[in-house]
Amino acid sequence: MADITDQSGPMLAADGRPLKSSLNRALRRQKLRALALIAPLLIFIMVTFIAPIADMLFRSVENQIVSDTLPRTTETLADWDADSGEIPPPEVFEALYTDIFVAQERKLHTRLGSRLNYELSGVSSLFRKSGRRVDDIGEVYQDQFEDLDDFWKDSETWNALMGSDDWNAAQIQWDEGSDDPQPPFEPREEITGLLPQTAEIFQIFADFVQREDEDNLADEDPWELVYSALYTDLIQTPDLSGYGGPGSAELLVAMSAVPDFETVDHAAAFEDIDEDWHSIEVWQTIQTYSPDFTSGYFLNAVDMKKSPDGPEMRPDDEQIYIKLFIRTLIMSLAITGSCILLGYPVAWILANLPARTANLLMILVLLPFWTSLLVRTSAWKVMLQQQGVVNDTLVWLGLVADDSRLALINNQTGTIIAMTHILLPFMILPLYSVMKTIPPSYLRAAKSLGATNWTAFWRVYFPQSVPGIGAGSILVFILAIGYYITPELVGGTTGTFISNRIAYHISSSLNWGLAAALGTILLALVLGLYWAYDRIVGIDNVKLGG
Amino acid sequence: MPSERNLTNHETRHSRPAQVNRLRPAAEFALLLIKQRRKRAEATGEPLLADIKSDSAFVEFERVQKSYDGENLVVKDLNLSMPKGEFLTMLGPSGSGKTTCLMMLAGFETATHGDIRLAGKSINNIPPHKRGIGMVFQNYALFPHMTVAENLSFPLEVRKMGKSDREAKVKRALDMVQMGSFAGRRPAQLSGGQQQRIALARALVFEPELVLMDEPLGALDKQLRETLQFEITNLAHDLGITVVYVTHDQTEALTMSDRVAVFDDGRIQQLAPPDQLYEAPENSFVAQFIGENNTLEGVVKEIQNGHALVQLDDGELITAKPVNVSAVGERTRVSIRPERVEYKPDRLSDQAHMLDAEVLEFIYMGDVFRTRLRVAGSDSFVMKCRNAPDQARLKPGEKLKIGWLPEDCRALDA
Ligand SMILES: Nc1ncnc2c1ncn2[C@@H]1O[C@H](COP(=O)(O)OP(=O)(O)O)[C@@H](O)[C@H]1O
Ligand SMILES: [Mg+2]
Repeated sequence: MADITDQSGPMLAADGRPLKSSLNRALRRQKLRALALIAPLLIFIMVTFIAPIADMLFRSVENQIVSDTLPRTTETLADWDADSGEIPPPEVFEALYTDIFVAQERKLHTRLGSRLNYELSGVSSLFRKSGRRVDDIGEVYQDQFEDLDDFWKDSETWNALMGSDDWNAAQIQWDEGSDDPQPPFEPREEITGLLPQTAEIFQIFADFVQREDEDNLADEDPWELVYSALYTDLIQTPDLSGYGGPGSAELLVAMSAVPDFETVDHAAAFEDIDEDWHSIEVWQTIQTYSPDFTSGYFLNAVDMKKSPDGPEMRPDDEQIYIKLFIRTLIMSLAITGSCILLGYPVAWILANLPARTANLLMILVLLPFWTSLLVRTSAWKVMLQQQGVVNDTLVWLGLVADDSRLALINNQTGTIIAMTHILLPFMILPLYSVMKTIPPSYLRAAKSLGATNWTAFWRVYFPQSVPGIGAGSILVFILAIGYYITPELVGGTTGTFISNRIAYHISSSLNWGLAAALGTILLALVLGLYWAYDRIVGIDNVKLGG
Repeated sequence: MPSERNLTNHETRHSRPAQVNRLRPAAEFALLLIKQRRKRAEATGEPLLADIKSDSAFVEFERVQKSYDGENLVVKDLNLSMPKGEFLTMLGPSGSGKTTCLMMLAGFETATHGDIRLAGKSINNIPPHKRGIGMVFQNYALFPHMTVAENLSFPLEVRKMGKSDREAKVKRALDMVQMGSFAGRRPAQLSGGQQQRIALARALVFEPELVLMDEPLGALDKQLRETLQFEITNLAHDLGITVVYVTHDQTEALTMSDRVAVFDDGRIQQLAPPDQLYEAPENSFVAQFIGENNTLEGVVKEIQNGHALVQLDDGELITAKPVNVSAVGERTRVSIRPERVEYKPDRLSDQAHMLDAEVLEFIYMGDVFRTRLRVAGSDSFVMKCRNAPDQARLKPGEKLKIGWLPEDCRALDA
């Protein structure tokens, strides 16, 4: 070694470059080519595996629906102190009126209702009800403006007032039957300055009509909400003297009339719709879930919930997920254990038989792979039910009485039996391929050294087959912990896994966030166990083959 | 790094004698060794084991037969008797049933018929682990998940020996094979030769009286093999253990053994000390299998007081020693060792029979000259001459007369 390190400076290639960079250059082409070869698979995996997982991780914390649907409410609600014991101030209800009105027009309020219902039951119906009746609130102002002047009745006059001259000209020219797109609404600048809220709401209204409903703006009467906004603007007595455009006279009349208008108490109006709007709990929930990201799904997934004092456990009768996780873990371990017990001797026989016989038996081991999972699981239903083959046999043998047939299905026993059968090949195959590489001479050597059959097996053969057990166990355990179909079919209520709950949230309750959080926890759990396994047994000790 | 340096030193130190002798044809070298051993035995007055005619057989095979499939006999009729302390080698081509015999002795195969006795007791029904026979396997079979020390301590542990005793014995066994500093290593961290030493130490550590070795050196390179041949023989003799050694390498067999059993076709073809085996093969298989051999085919014309007259296929008449021929008119193969062939009349006695020969090829091999000749219609007749100052280097095409002593020319079965 000494002679190499004695040389001063780095080694040089024949052309005088440092040997290292020369080598790197030579290897780069090879690397690029290798990369090109795996690129299709890499892309496929990114799209079908990494991306969905990333999406799941995102969904488990994502919570933009609240602030997206109720932007004004969440903003004004931020200052409200839930501990004060008082309902939020009137601005919040005004904001809520605006938000719910827009949301119900866009039919988004029910989605938000379902979302918040996960956190507080009853919110869903509260939102649905409010969506239906929110129109009534604005009608008070609409009626009063319309009584004042017909100008306020007509969509044409509204458009002339709110839209710029250019846009009005274009809109009139536009032929609804033609293929040309409807000219997008442009606000009149003076009005935007004078009547900011009205302009804002009208813009939303115009966008909604033109883009989402794809109707002609000229045919649509403005929302009740627009009248409320107009009232809010006019009651501030803006300086209308500089404005001389369409409707300037009507605006002046209206401005002088609004102080005498009958007003709406939004807080009372909402209480009228549903008294839950005056429940602190509802507002607390909205406030807690206002941020764009939330730990709520994760807390939910471990039977906790958010409260003003931080996370706390749910009441005992609502706790299900931790129990379910523990049950999933224990049952997966039981399945892995029974796979080892049943698979080890089979693998041993396969590895020690002459090749011809072993191949035949191997086909029998693989046979289940060629049968539909559904068929196999259904077969177990037939076998294990109370009047099934197994029970019949036991009764016939006199092992159990006819009136006390064993419950072997729709419970944990059923799941363990069926899944052990289904996952057994995943245990046998790695065990077999590891055992195949253990030469019989080791056992002979041990016996020649004086070991009994059992000692020779336990001290010499078994330790060398441990890598196979490790590989099989990891395979079976990880497959089992995420298994869905079999527990669903034979598990009943006590034999289901966390994955069944995840599936329920994805397809039935549509609580995808919670499903994602449960899935994420499951993923973390598997990775954690894998890490622990690596720590305890060592992942180098896992062999899938020679 | 330092350990590897150790290893190289270690192995070169032991292989030096082999290196010096590399050019010497192996079989002759083996014979030389045996002669030395014989001389030593004569000097010290000890009897050479090979010469003891045993009354007290330690290992005995009696009419043993073995068939795996119920159709073919792999071992046909094995009779063998070994005294205690003997180093016996089973030598034979691959598939001749050597391993099978060894496995029957170790207890991993059962004899289909016959009796195997160890120290006078039939062991047919004793399971392998109770036989107390040490065994060295061809692939060493060191337990990969145990260190060297654990491997060695295994047979002691299963014998329920105390910890301190175990450690002392393991240490002694490791020192015995010069591997004392490797106790903490795993088998995978050792070279082939080192593994072999450990396997040997493991087979010896529980002090068995009988040790079986199945081609233990088969996977090693030539130099290492020769080194270990010495070490194994010396160890066996020092410890006074009985060894049954299996090999298909005749040099190994001749070098190491007190007696060699030549196997072919499921039978022992000849069981004899190495020198007898080489110099007095009893049938043409043994003659062909051990060392280099010239054969000439012919018919027996006459058998008379220890001499046979053989008419070779080209009509030439020669005198030979009848070994495996009994009747006149029988076909025979005459066997002559290449180094017993001479072409200088002054080196031959009067009785030597002379034949015409033509040089086909001359090979300079350093210590010997190897000349291929055409003799009596055979193109593969070989003559070996020592490289001496007066030795001529023959040229292809040269015609000469060769000859040998009648007792060096053995008439064997055809
Ligand atoms: N376990 C076995 N089953 C069947 N035939 C075997 C078995 N072991 C050896 N044989 C056959 O027995 C014969 C002798 O084998 P073996 O004893 O291993 O010979 P050797 O060791 O001299 O090479 C061979 O023909 C071999 O094919
Ligand atoms: Mg063999």
